[in-house]
This record gives sequence, structure tokens and C-alpha cells, in this order.
Amino acid sequence: MPEQPYEPEGAIAGTGMGGAMDLGASEATTLERAPGGPPGAGPAGKPRSLWSDAWRDLRRNPVFLLSALVILFLVFVSLWPSAIASGSPLGCDLAKSQDGPGPGAPFGYDGQGCNVYTRTVYGARTSVTVGVLATLGVAVLGSVLGGLAGYFGGWWDALLSRVTDIFFAIPVVLGGLVLLSVVTSNTVWPVIGFMVLLGWPQISRIARGSVITARQHDYVQAARALGASDSRILLRHIAPNAVAPVIVVATIALGTYISLEATLSYLGVGLKPPSVSWGIDISAASPYIRNAPHALLWPSGALAVTVLAFIMLGDAVRDALDPRLR
Amino acid sequence: MRGVTRVGRAACAIATGLTMAGCGGGGGFGGAGVLTSSWGDPQNPLEPANTNEVQGGKVLDMVFRGLKKYDPRTGRAVNMLAERISTPDSRTFTVTVKDGWRFSNGEPVTARSFVDAWNYGASLRNNQKDAYFFGYIDGYDKVHPDSGRQSADTLSGLTVTGPRTFTVRLNQKFVGFPDTLGYAAYAPLPRVFFTDHAGWLRKPVGNGPYRIASYAKGSAMTLKKWNGYPGPDPARNEGVTLLVYTDSNTAYTDVLAGNLDLVDDVPATQLKNVRTDLDGRYINTPAGILQTLAFPYYDPKWNTEGARKVRTGLSMAIDRAQITETIFRRTRTPATDWTSPVLGTAGGFQDGLCGHACDYDPAGARRLIREGGGIPGGRLKITYNADTGSHKQWVDAVCNSINNALGDDKACVGNPVGTFADFRNQIGQHRMTGPFRAGWQMDYPLIQNFLQPLYYTGASSNDGRWSDARFDRLVDRANAETDRAASVRLFQEAEKVVRDNMAAIPLWYQNGSAGYTARLSRVTLNPFSVPVYNEIKVG
Amino acid sequence: MGRYVARRLLQMIPVFVGATLLIFLMVNVMGDPIAGLCGERACDPATAAQLKREFGLDQPLWRQYATYMGNVFTGDFGTAFNGQPVTELMAAAFPVTIRLTVVAVLLEIVIGIALGVVTGLRRGRPVDTGVLLATLVVISVPTFVTGLLLQLLLGVAWGWIRPSVSPAATFGELIVPGLVLASVSLAYVTRLTRTSIAENRRSDYVRTATAKGLPRRRVITRHLLRNSLIPVVTFIGTDIGALMGGAIVTERIFNIHGVGYQLYQGILRQNTQTVVGFVTVLVLVFLLANLLVDLLYAVLDPRIRYA
Repeated sequence: MPEQPYEPEGAIAGTGMGGAMDLGASEATTLERAPGGPPGAGPAGKPRSLWSDAWRDLRRNPVFLLSALVILFLVFVSLWPSAIASGSPLGCDLAKSQDGPGPGAPFGYDGQGCNVYTRTVYGARTSVTVGVLATLGVAVLGSVLGGLAGYFGGWWDALLSRVTDIFFAIPVVLGGLVLLSVVTSNTVWPVIGFMVLLGWPQISRIARGSVITARQHDYVQAARALGASDSRILLRHIAPNAVAPVIVVATIALGTYISLEATLSYLGVGLKPPSVSWGIDISAASPYIRNAPHALLWPSGALAVTVLAFIMLGDAVRDALDPRLR
Repeated sequence: MRGVTRVGRAACAIATGLTMAGCGGGGGFGGAGVLTSSWGDPQNPLEPANTNEVQGGKVLDMVFRGLKKYDPRTGRAVNMLAERISTPDSRTFTVTVKDGWRFSNGEPVTARSFVDAWNYGASLRNNQKDAYFFGYIDGYDKVHPDSGRQSADTLSGLTVTGPRTFTVRLNQKFVGFPDTLGYAAYAPLPRVFFTDHAGWLRKPVGNGPYRIASYAKGSAMTLKKWNGYPGPDPARNEGVTLLVYTDSNTAYTDVLAGNLDLVDDVPATQLKNVRTDLDGRYINTPAGILQTLAFPYYDPKWNTEGARKVRTGLSMAIDRAQITETIFRRTRTPATDWTSPVLGTAGGFQDGLCGHACDYDPAGARRLIREGGGIPGGRLKITYNADTGSHKQWVDAVCNSINNALGDDKACVGNPVGTFADFRNQIGQHRMTGPFRAGWQMDYPLIQNFLQPLYYTGASSNDGRWSDARFDRLVDRANAETDRAASVRLFQEAEKVVRDNMAAIPLWYQNGSAGYTARLSRVTLNPFSVPVYNEIKVG
Repeated sequence: MGRYVARRLLQMIPVFVGATLLIFLMVNVMGDPIAGLCGERACDPATAAQLKREFGLDQPLWRQYATYMGNVFTGDFGTAFNGQPVTELMAAAFPVTIRLTVVAVLLEIVIGIALGVVTGLRRGRPVDTGVLLATLVVISVPTFVTGLLLQLLLGVAWGWIRPSVSPAATFGELIVPGLVLASVSLAYVTRLTRTSIAENRRSDYVRTATAKGLPRRRVITRHLLRNSLIPVVTFIGTDIGALMGGAIVTERIFNIHGVGYQLYQGILRQNTQTVVGFVTVLVLVFLLANLLVDLLYAVLDPRIRYA
């Protein structure tokens, strides 16, 4: 690997961008310090230290513990919804349409006269599965491809960037109608696959940008001078420094994927009845916000709590990976 | 009316941008007496024989008058430009056009204006989507063959016999033919339509109570009262500005804020609030629209004696009263026959014809479905298109009703199809496996229009390919009848065949609805759910 | 630098061809659009066949594409099903959408970055928690509801704005729609900025700058913020497309006849010419936006260089 400043797509390093940035540049380049654990660990220290330090940090972090608790609860509800809700989410009586809370229905009834509490509990499985798996898929695929593009640059970066340009241009509606209308199975997998397919370019861009920045840091140059391999530099030095924006975007995207599932259902290409999900209920309740806000409030609230848990988790993980915050 | 002037000014900016047509004068756009109304972008060019949806129909209704006009209240066809339509045998009709009618560009309306327009509408090369309206006229198979090139340019059944008279010869007896002539496709056209077609499309010229002042495609059309209009129904306002809304909910909100005068499709989600929101300025009147569930008779599973019982059972499992009340807030009425109340009893509407089969009776439904061998295929999938209207809501409600009646919460599910085109394709390619949404908006208020196109063997809109020899015979006899009342009676006999087989499950009659601001009075909707603009008073 | 930009611009050609081909294929996969043109009844077969012929749909796919591309290079983007030239639709839709996008991006930059800086500097304080809660609301309540409530409140109850945007769609009218459109992106921008600021404020160069006695304001804007903006700039670059082509809900609520609406209609009606035309322009917008973002990297972090 040549030791020279980042050259996107094989450009040859020229002069700097101009004098105006010199101050920031010199400070940044000369004073930035490598992470890699507590002093003494050194940039080429034992591989265990960074990640195990992070884990030790996490276990003591109350924010992490709280979010983990919420997530465990969501997993529990997804697996055994009948443990906390009685009745069927599909048993709806139009006579109770938009009614307020009643016996057995602490959250009231929606427009079709379905029990909002039961539906919110039963909706967790689909929504949490779609949200978490789509986010994981997008984050992994996006950061690997984007990270490599940012690190190696050159033709690989050019190719990948132009592919993402095309992907960005595919309207979600068109993609959904074309790719999902041929699917006959009524499971979450095609929906998740679709989200990963259309979602990775965004994370890829973010990861690429972060890696381009991290790549310039002195500790990376130093590691390279010491003869570290590309994979080692990427995993040990660049990944911990570039992961923060990916985590931020991914945790928020989790919420939008749960909503996107409803958009796809609305278009008639997502999950079809008798599937139950928060997204489907949120989109069904939205037009009736003036008359039955409660039907929107609870599934939306469940979505908000889920997103909050993952945002807090993301924050805790990010903090744990950043030695400067210790 | 601060808001109104602001809309006016904006619309005027477009108008001047395109045509430099009069936007000056006092009091902003159009001055006083002009109302603004919600509109949707017409899907086709505004040619009369090429307009098959209500938004384009709105404009045609203001800009054109035909031989007949449907009375906005009774729906009865009354003479407008026709002085006389006579026939000795229900097959050859002699039409006399009234004297003194003109197009708004000054050209007189003659027999030729009609014959040329009809020949244009029928001719295959003009791609007119309503061409089938001329299918009863002799020679249609020559100008519009099912395949191959057309061998004639004009309908041999049309003959101009004088400046104001022409004859129409049909290829079969059809006693109701004169009553179909109120449909916009039969409107007369001025010469300029043929000599400067592109120019006419940019700014259509007709013979109705309004003339088009400017037309900005995709955003607005301004119509002015035509002061030289010779007809008996001149506009009672100075003009109408149609503003394109992509969502009726926005139009409704604009009416609340006083930025728009009239919204003619109150969104279902606002119906619960409409009376308080608009303080009674809301109308809800029957329209000639029937919603049904059709069945695929090309699928042998649905074409059995047992399936007939299942269909009747399903019909009894649908709580129409509850759904029309809760989901539609009485903008639909539970259907009890296969026509529409707008026909009136003289026209063939029979309240309660369906009988017990259209009553909600869960026990009876369970029994019939069990006797019929259960739902073919095990689970009922009601197919609909997800992109237009809010079909999901009522399909879900119908399914819940069926599920509750049968005591199985997965017996019936909705099956959305992404786009309308795909939905129509699947229907056309006979890929339905269960009931599917079928809506029928009448072309003209005749019982014939509710039965023949939908249930006659091989008819154009018989999407389920239902076929019954007895029904076909009765329809043939009804059309050949020279006496109108006798004809209606025969159609009613035919309708009983539909009932006895439950060829389609009638769901509900659809109403038109509209909300308006305090500026307007005398707002009504005609049986086609289009506002009767010329009757509206402003201020 | 110049050569770099030139090379990037050259790359547009394959992307342009690839994107149009891909979209062309996708719309065609959706099937026969003619069936949707005749309302609830089937088109009569003769008219359907003739319409197919006139729109060129009876040709093999490769020839349709070749004809289409040939026409595009002469500036003819085809005709929509209602008889309007696609270029006319574009001329009406793009100016409005570009104004709306500009408003949304400006709001993202101004509000998003400001909130991000404040929360990043005051992690864990009430203001941070408050912004987090607002973020959650924005993510979990659909745009449709926020838009509708704002419209009812500001437009009907208080009468501050017109509920719908007039066809002229001036910048002033687009502020509220722009805010609704930008709301979810605002959440991203705020949290991205916050994280970067929090990460970088402990950096040695910030400590050095503070120790040198530079005013706090200068440290934040010149050193801290500039080094924190790369992820934010990247995000906004990727977001422009979502804002331009995907503003379907916002455009519907406020009755804006923009790109989102035309594209949505084109897709639902399977109008290849409209969809490919609009998407093609959007692809060009992405290419330029991403080029701009890459150039901004070098401005924000001078260690990144382009030749």
C-alpha cells in the first residue's frame, strides 16, 4: 500500500487545497493521537484490548443496561405475544370502531374495531424482525463495501460510487412494485431483502466518507509504516474510528425501516393480511388522527421506544469504542 | 374572501402565462361571482368520446350540451338539442336538431356537427376510448373492427338528411337508444375540432353554458359563463375555476380555510367531522354507481352448484349496514338489487329484489357455505388494487365481517394488487382465483346499462365470464321490445336470473358527496356525482 | 483537481446509460400499461392494439430502448399517456421540486447542525434529552400525520399559512412543506453532528486550540465543527435524492405538483417515458451532488487531496 495521502480513484496527490485550511490541517495532523486502548497499549498492541475494553465499559454503563433490558423485553414479546395479551389480533368487531379503552382493551379500538393493545403486542414480532434484520443487513453490507471503497480508492471506489449513484436513483415505489410484486410468499424475508438492497448505498456512502477521513490520520500512517497489513489497519485502526456515523445512521434507519414496511404494505407489495405489524397499524390509523388519535399513539409509541432503545445502545457502544471519552 | 382572491391571483398568473387571456379587471381573478372547485388532472385528452372518467367529464358537462341531457335531479333523459327523435321500429331513428344553437365560437350546431363527431368517435384510428358507445350503429364493425385495419371511415348507419336532420340506423333493435344520447361521447363538435385539432385540445370549444378561458394542464382551468348561451340552463354564476388537487383531503382542508369553494369528493376519513366542520354545508346524494364482488367463472371451482350456495352464503355474511355506517358514514347505501336507486322504480330499480340473500345472517351464511362444500380453495382472497381509492378499508371490513360470521379469523383476507393496470391485466388474463372488486358507474341511466355490459355472455365488462342462456334471451327480447315499460320489465326478469345465481354479490350503492363554503348556495350533484355547476349561486 | 472533475464528469456517461436501461427494464417488467387506461372496463382489443403500436409497446424491448435513447439525445423525452410531452411535465415539476429541496436542505443545515452542535457540547443535559425526544417523535410519527396536523393548525385554526401551496409555489409558501419534508432528515443530521462533535471535542487539536487561548466560538466553528462535518455532508449528499424524488407524501398533503407526484403517477400508470425521463434527470442530480460532496471533503479536511 503506497504511503501517500488519499487519492480518490487513483488521482495523484498534488498541492493542498489552499492556505486557508492550513491551521486546521497542521493541528489535526500533528496532534491527533491514535486510539488503541489505554496508554501503553500502543497502536500495534494486542488485538483483544480495544474490544474487550469496550465490553468492560459497556457492562458498567447504565444506559447500555437499560437499553439492553428494553431490547430483551421486545424480543420476549416478539417470541411470546400471547404471554401478555389475550385474544386474537385479527378478531375485530366493526361495532367497536374507534372506541376508547374498555375491558380487555386498555388502548381502545382502531377503525376496524380491532383491539389496539393486542395488535400492538402481536405487531412486535414483524416490526422488530424487519427493523433489526434490515438495519443489520444494510449496516454490514454498506460498511464493508463503503469501507473498502474509501480505503482503497481507485477504480474500485469509482465503480462502487457510480453503482450507488444508480441505486439512489431507483424510486422506492418503483423498486417495490417491480421486485416485490413477483414474490408470492407472505413472510418478512422478501421485505427485508428489498430494504437491504435499496438501503446499503446510503450506509456505504457514510462509511466511505468516514474511512476517507480516518485513513489520513497519523496513527494509520504509522501503523502502515510499521508494516501492518491492510486488513489489520482496517479492523484495528480505521473501523473503531469510522464506525460512529454508521451507528448513528443505522439506529435511526431502524425506525424508518419499520415504517417503510408499512409503506410497502400500503402499496400492496409488502406484507399482506393477515400479517400484523406496527407499521401497518400506524399507516391505517394516520388518516383518522382527528377522531381516533389513540389508534395511532400506541403503535407509534412502541416504535419510538424501540428506536430509543437502539439509539441508546448505539450511543453506548460508540462511547465504549472511543478512548478519548474514557 | 381574502384567501379566494389569493388563489385567484395564482391561477391567473398561470392563465396569463399561457394564453394572455383576460385576468385584468377589478377584484382580482374573474371578479365576483366566480367559484373555485377541486379537480383532478384528466387522464385523457379532453375529446368527448375519449373521456371515460369523472374529472374530464366535469369539464365536458360544462362545455357541451348534447341531444339529450339527464335531469340533474331525476336522472331522466330530456331533450336538449334534440327537437324530436322518432322511430317506427326501435331500429331506425330520425333526429331533428333544434334551431338556434351555436358553438361558443359562433358556428351553428347542425346535423353534421353530430354526425362528424360520432364518426370521429367511432373510428379506430382516433383511439377514442368511448368508441364502443357507437357500437350499436350500423357499420361500426367496418370503422372499428376487432382486429385488422378499418375498411370504412364513416358509419354507414349515419345519414345527414338535411341541415338539421339525420337518421341513425342501428345493427339491432334497441328501444332505449335515444336515452343514451345524453352521454358526453355523443356531443356535437365544431369544425375547428377537425381543422385545428391541436389548438382545440389546448382550449376546447363547445356549445355548453361555459366556455374555457384558459387551461394550464396539470394545475388549473378557468371557465367563464358564456353569455351567448342559447339553452334553457344558463350559468347562474360568472364562472368556475377548476384547481387540480392531488389529494381530496387537501382540497377539503382548503375549503375549511376558505381557500376553495367546493370540494366534490369529501374524503372518507373526514366524514365523521364534516357536519361540524362545515356547519351543514355538505351534500350526500345517490349516484349511479354500484359496488359488487365479481367471481371468476372461468375457474371451475366457482362455476358449480355448490359455489352458487357459497356465494349466497358469503353475501349473507357481509354486514352491509354496519360497514356503510361505520366505514363510509352513509355515503354508501346497502345494495338490495343489481341496479341503482337513481333509475327510479319506473326505470327498473327494485328495492329489495335481492331479498334475504343480502341480509346479514351469520347463521344462514354458515349453513349455506357448509352445504355448498365450503369456500373453494379453503381461503377467500378478495383481490383489489391498492393504488386508487381506499379499497383496503372496506375490503378489510368485509373480510372481518365474513370472518366473524364464520367464526374463523383467517377465512377471508384482502389481496392487494400494486397498480390498477396490473389489476386489470390480471382480470383480463383470467388470473383471478376468488372474488374481486368490481365497481360500475353507469354511462346512462338505463337498467340495460347495469345488466347487459356486465352479465351478457361475452359482454365487454363481463370480467368474470359469467354466462347464462336464459339471461341472454331475456336481454335480447328486452332490447327488441318497442314499448319502454315492457322492455324494463323484461330486464327486471333478466335481473332475477342474476339474483338466483348470485352472479355477483351486490355490496352498496355509492353516493356522491360534496362540501362547500358559505359563499355558495344551490349546490347539487347529478346522478353521475358531478356538481351541477351552472345551478350554483355565488355570494 | 480539474482533471479529477473532468474524469468524474466522464463517468456520468456509463452511469446515465446504465440507469436508464435499468429503469427502462424495471418499468417494462411491470407489464402491460394499456389495461389501466380504459377505466373499470377492458379496452376494446382493436383500440388496445393500436395504442400499443402508437406507444411502440409492440416492439421488442431492445428496439424500444434504442428508439427511446435516440429520441432522448434529440431532446425528445416522449409523451405521457394524457398526451402531454414529458419535457413539459418536467418543466412544470422540476422548478417547484428544486425550490422545495433547497428549502429542506437549508433547514437541515441550519437547524440540524445548530441542534447537533448544541447537543454535542451538552451531552446528557436537558437540552440533549429534549432533542432526543423530538427526534423520536419525528421518527415514529408518520410524515403524513405531522404534515396534516401542521396544515390544520397553521392553515385552518390559526390561519398563518395557506393549507395548500399555490401553483406558483414561492419560497415563502414552501417553508412549512420544506420543514415537514426535512423532518426525518433533520433527525439524522442532528444526531450525526452531535456524535461527531462529542467525539472530536476531546481531540488534542481542540484542546490545543483552546489552550492557545483562541476564543471558544472560533474553536468550535473553525476547528471542531469543520472536522465534524464530513459525515453530515455525506448524509446530506445522499439525502438530496430522497428529498427530490421521494417527497410523495409531502407533495400530496400540500398539493405541490412536483417530481415526486409525477414520478409516482408515472410508476402507477406504468408510463415508461415519464418514469425514465424523470429518473434520468434525478441520476444526473445525484452524480453532481456526490461530486460536490467529494470536493467538499477536501475543503473540510485538507489532508484529502484531489488531482
